[in-house]
Amino acid sequence: MAGVGRRVRETLPLLPFFTVVLIFLIVPTVTVIVSSVYADGVFSLDRIAALFTGTALTALANSVLLSGATAVLGALLGAVMAWLIVSSPPASMVRRAVLSLCSVLAQFGGVALAFAFLATVGLNGVLTLWVQQAFGWNIAGSGWLYSLSGLILVYTYFQIPLMVIVFIPALEGLRDQWREAAVSLGASTWAYWREVAIPLLTPAFLGSALLLFANAFAAYATAAALVSQGSPILPLLIRASLVSEVVLGQAGFAYALALEMIVVVAVVMLAYNLLVRRSARWLS
Amino acid sequence: MSRNASGVAVELSDLTRLYGSTKALDGLTLHIEPGELVALLGPSGCGKTTALRILAGLDEATSGTVSVGGVDVSGVPASKRDMGMVFQAYSLFPHLTVLDNVAFGLKMRGKAKQDRTSRAADMLDLVGLTAHTHKYASELSGGQQQRVALARALAIQPRVLLLDEPLSALDAKVRTQLRDEIRRVQLEVGTTTLFVTHDQEEALAVADRVGVMSQGRLEQLAAPAELYANPATPFVADFVGLNNKVPAQVSGGRAVLLGVSVPALAGSVSSGAGLAMVRPESVTLTADRAGTSSVSSASFLGAISRVTVAMPDGSLINAQMASSVARAFAPGDPVTVGIEPGGVLVVAT
Amino acid sequence: MRGAVRAGLWVMFGLFFLFPLYAMADFSTRNLIAGGRTGQAWSNLVTDDALYQSIVVSLLLAVFTVVAMLVLLVPTMIWVRLRAPWAKGLIEFLCLLPLTIPALVIVVGLRNVYLWVTYLLGESALTLTFVYVVVVLPFAYRAIDAALSSIDLQTLSEAARSLGAGWTTTIARVVVPNIWSGILSAAFISIAVVLGEYTIASLSGYETLQVQIVLIGKSDGPTSVAASLATLLFGFVLLLILSLVTRGQRSRRSRGIEPGVTP
Repeated sequence: MAGVGRRVRETLPLLPFFTVVLIFLIVPTVTVIVSSVYADGVFSLDRIAALFTGTALTALANSVLLSGATAVLGALLGAVMAWLIVSSPPASMVRRAVLSLCSVLAQFGGVALAFAFLATVGLNGVLTLWVQQAFGWNIAGSGWLYSLSGLILVYTYFQIPLMVIVFIPALEGLRDQWREAAVSLGASTWAYWREVAIPLLTPAFLGSALLLFANAFAAYATAAALVSQGSPILPLLIRASLVSEVVLGQAGFAYALALEMIVVVAVVMLAYNLLVRRSARWLS
Repeated sequence: MSRNASGVAVELSDLTRLYGSTKALDGLTLHIEPGELVALLGPSGCGKTTALRILAGLDEATSGTVSVGGVDVSGVPASKRDMGMVFQAYSLFPHLTVLDNVAFGLKMRGKAKQDRTSRAADMLDLVGLTAHTHKYASELSGGQQQRVALARALAIQPRVLLLDEPLSALDAKVRTQLRDEIRRVQLEVGTTTLFVTHDQEEALAVADRVGVMSQGRLEQLAAPAELYANPATPFVADFVGLNNKVPAQVSGGRAVLLGVSVPALAGSVSSGAGLAMVRPESVTLTADRAGTSSVSSASFLGAISRVTVAMPDGSLINAQMASSVARAFAPGDPVTVGIEPGGVLVVAT
Repeated sequence: MRGAVRAGLWVMFGLFFLFPLYAMADFSTRNLIAGGRTGQAWSNLVTDDALYQSIVVSLLLAVFTVVAMLVLLVPTMIWVRLRAPWAKGLIEFLCLLPLTIPALVIVVGLRNVYLWVTYLLGESALTLTFVYVVVVLPFAYRAIDAALSSIDLQTLSEAARSLGAGWTTTIARVVVPNIWSGILSAAFISIAVVLGEYTIASLSGYETLQVQIVLIGKSDGPTSVAASLATLLFGFVLLLILSLVTRGQRSRRSRGIEPGVTP
């Protein structure tokens, strides 16, 4: 009995935290899951079924394409940039500034990035006008910035910095002793990379790429700021469903779409966690 | 000496290494006989690790040469020097099993899988870790990891074995066991070895010869017993073993202290007053009711005890003796202090 | 050779990342009618009423969120370490959960909850504080956890309490000063997150800075670009100051990612 009383006393101060998290995180999530199969109190799989029809399926495909492409681009280019940063002197001001910039662009930029590219390659963008004056080409003409290819470019702008932030700890975890041990045992630079560095970095690299995928898949602000009409990708389709009551013949379709999003992101993040755990065991 | 001397000779000639204006190494010259284990001993920053890394090819000397087996290897890259190296810690590849770690060097030399595996297994047997063949580094203790590192370094049959403070990261008890293990293996295989450490007990215990270094220079290179008994410079006398500093008068190659005259070692002050460096075990205590010194305190250290005595001039001197003998002395007892016959180094005050 | 490759790569990355920022500065100061430069767009940040209001709202929201987050999280984390270690895994899981649940999903499911909230607390955008606390949890948790790991919390608090301090005093006057860098880190990052948040605010119908920027963007390009650039610069300066202040305090344990405030 005393044990139970003690447990209760220990848990009491944690209640405010649990309450806030419950109301503002758990409840919305559960609402989404439940409401995607319960329409007006009636169990129905209609909403979920509608996920696999025309527009919704296209939006999903586009989202996957966008996320996959920017994840790959971001991972490769970001890894290179991360290596550049790691191999420069540690406490330098340049390094701090670069990492701060990466943080801002990767996580807090959303809307601002959309306007950054509008200002660069939009209809009246700085680069557009330069190129027009210099070569007579109109690079913004077709409005491609507001299409999938435009989104790929803009998304890369925050995917690369995110990769830098996520991958640098792995690069820094590569101990000098391993390279020196490999070299003293007769390994050439290429052999060291092939046999030691790349195998050690691969889980971290793949994990980071997965993180980039989830990040792009769930991203909303940038696309919403650039694309005001139409719903080429899943997040924008959710917007449409929230703004108008009935979309694709389904009321409350937003719930099903949101469920789809959680499922994809959760699966990807699960895989990411498994990879990161292995990497952390080796590289820290 | 009866050992399997199959190694090669190593010659470091006048090595200097500058970092900007700092001299990490200042004209180091060292000759290691085939099959010999030389320990480089000194405080951090004395240049011992720099010397080792230059020998390994991981660092470049500003001037001076390195010869192995009579051949100048100064321009040879580290990967081609055929040397086995054991680092202080964390050098095992975490993604490979113990067996693959040990076989790594053989893989780099293009040996067939069958040969690699059997040779690696032999090495693991040599260090007594056959039971752990398929484990990963994270599953092993610090001492076991270092034994694997040793097996890995020896698997390639290196001409020289280099150990960079291999025991510093380990617990005291493991350290003692492992250093004997390393010495046993080294004697069995007969590889010329350079062992770097800051722990003087370690150096004295494993080495054929010990080189004491300070500020990039070699202060003295001698067998452990010689180093201990006849230190060549004040630094060596101070660094190796414990010391009392007793006022002494030097003249004609002899030092007078504590009422006794003993030889003054080469390197002492040539004449006049100085401080003699006396080992605690060389200090003798005799209970004497008319004695001018008195026992200040006694510390029981197990097999031996240390008795601290206050001299007439107020200074303290430490005497070391078997605990059974030390039992006779209690704080406050009057004693007479003397020293064993034997040379002392007298340094300037 | 290696140096040339590195220099070349730095230049390429530099151009890719810095050019759009330059373009924003250029675009927002362009005088479209008379040519040359004008500061009109930038002065709109204070003169345009709606924009200025949204800036104030966002800044207030940031402050409220930081305060609420600290009040909620710091005592909870301290308590877990000292008295309820069994809850550590659960707390950590809950704090990192917002990384896996996109803001978009939260806002979809938030409708009903916010019906209650507006009923109880009114229509102000400041009610977003509660959701924002949840959104910043992953970042704040990591920063504070790293700081708490670097001190001997057990000994400090026992010493304080044995000298007669109550819990509030212990937390406020003994623990907090020692985890100051973690708190600062959590606060700065949370401010940046709140100022840049768009998803939840816009889909819930509140007019924060980012929402206003997008609204204005439809009719007044330069002003919204100016506001966007201001947001980026502010965030950059904030994080730069933070990295200078917490120099050398990087915990090797809480590595890896701070992703997920979906942009």
